[in-house]
Amino acid sequence: MKLRHKRLAIVVTSVVGLTVAGLFVLNAFRSNLVFFYSPTEVLEGKAPVDQRLRIGGLVVKGSVKKDGTKVQFVVTDLTSKVTVRYQGILPDLFREGQGVVAQGRLVAGDEFLADEVLAKHDENYMPPEVAATLGHPAQKPGGGYYPPSASELGQKK
Amino acid sequence: MLSYAAPKNFYPFAGKLIPWIGFAAVVTLAFGLYLGLFVAPADYQQGQSYRIMFIHVPSAWMSMFVYVVMAAAGAASLVWKTKLAEVLASACAPIGASFTLITLVTGSLWGKPMWGTWWAWDARLTSELILLFLYIGVMALQASIDDPRRAARAAAVLALVGVVNIPVIHFSVEWWNTLHQPASVSKLGMPSIHPSMLAPLLLMAVGFKLYFVAMVLVRMRYQILERERHTQWVAQVVESEK
Repeated sequence: MKLRHKRLAIVVTSVVGLTVAGLFVLNAFRSNLVFFYSPTEVLEGKAPVDQRLRIGGLVVKGSVKKDGTKVQFVVTDLTSKVTVRYQGILPDLFREGQGVVAQGRLVAGDEFLADEVLAKHDENYMPPEVAATLGHPAQKPGGGYYPPSASELGQKK
Repeated sequence: MLSYAAPKNFYPFAGKLIPWIGFAAVVTLAFGLYLGLFVAPADYQQGQSYRIMFIHVPSAWMSMFVYVVMAAAGAASLVWKTKLAEVLASACAPIGASFTLITLVTGSLWGKPMWGTWWAWDARLTSELILLFLYIGVMALQASIDDPRRAARAAAVLALVGVVNIPVIHFSVEWWNTLHQPASVSKLGMPSIHPSMLAPLLLMAVGFKLYFVAMVLVRMRYQILERERHTQWVAQVVESEK
């Protein structure tokens, strides 16, 4: 009986210890493990310069200009704006007012040359009729912003 | 109740349970798939493509659930040295690995049309890939040691170390900026998924769980027979099956 208790104590303490240690390590990585930077972080110089990076945010309504496969649009986190230029095929979910993540490099102060554009979708699932009653811009062209989720803006809770 | 933990008693008991649980799994999965593929409405953003969720999300939940079961069984086998816990832990590994692989493949198939990429090294996708490697590591460790008891001990230690990854998978979408969207169902407050879509999702989750229980019992029975092959009762079972 005694030996069992000892083994139980060893197993429990090692698991708890390892978990705590692991979470400490991950917490240290926390700021370096970002998949994308927000326009504000980029403009404040928190993102690495002269290096490939990803920026994420919402596509500003009415900012999308298409010329063949060349696209230009503005990404915002509702605080700052960065103009993104891109040549290629956009994903199905790319829409004005929708979250995107663009990979590439900063060329001028607030201009971003992307070689890949990915669309983010939020965690909401509903039929189109329900979305229409909520006034989602995907349903009402010209409507206002649907309240963006924190994840789309690249904000951590 | 404790006597069921003896392999000799567990073997026929599990044999009786399997058809019932298997039948319940088939019915639940069939009903869930019908609701998910034919009754649930299209999504306002993703149209019909979101329906892959009814496979992707339950298998993702299972990939983590099975790991926790495997690690808990491993801990029990380390502490109490029960054979049944060792058998349970080793029976879990291939099933959990399969669920993880299904999660990664269906996620990839979903990611291409929606996000525009098959794969991204974001925290959620990467931690789920690490989970697959953990399962494969546990299976490899079990297979590389001949003595089943020593193999179970080594695998249990690895499984327990890997438990750290489970909260990381779950919270990755909250801790870091990821391409993957945050949780829809397991969050505080109302799930941000319409009831007409939530019902088939939860049905599928129950169906996957039942399927897992049935499969783990099948695997455990085979392993018990193999481990106890030199005992009297296995000889009798084999005799009666002839």
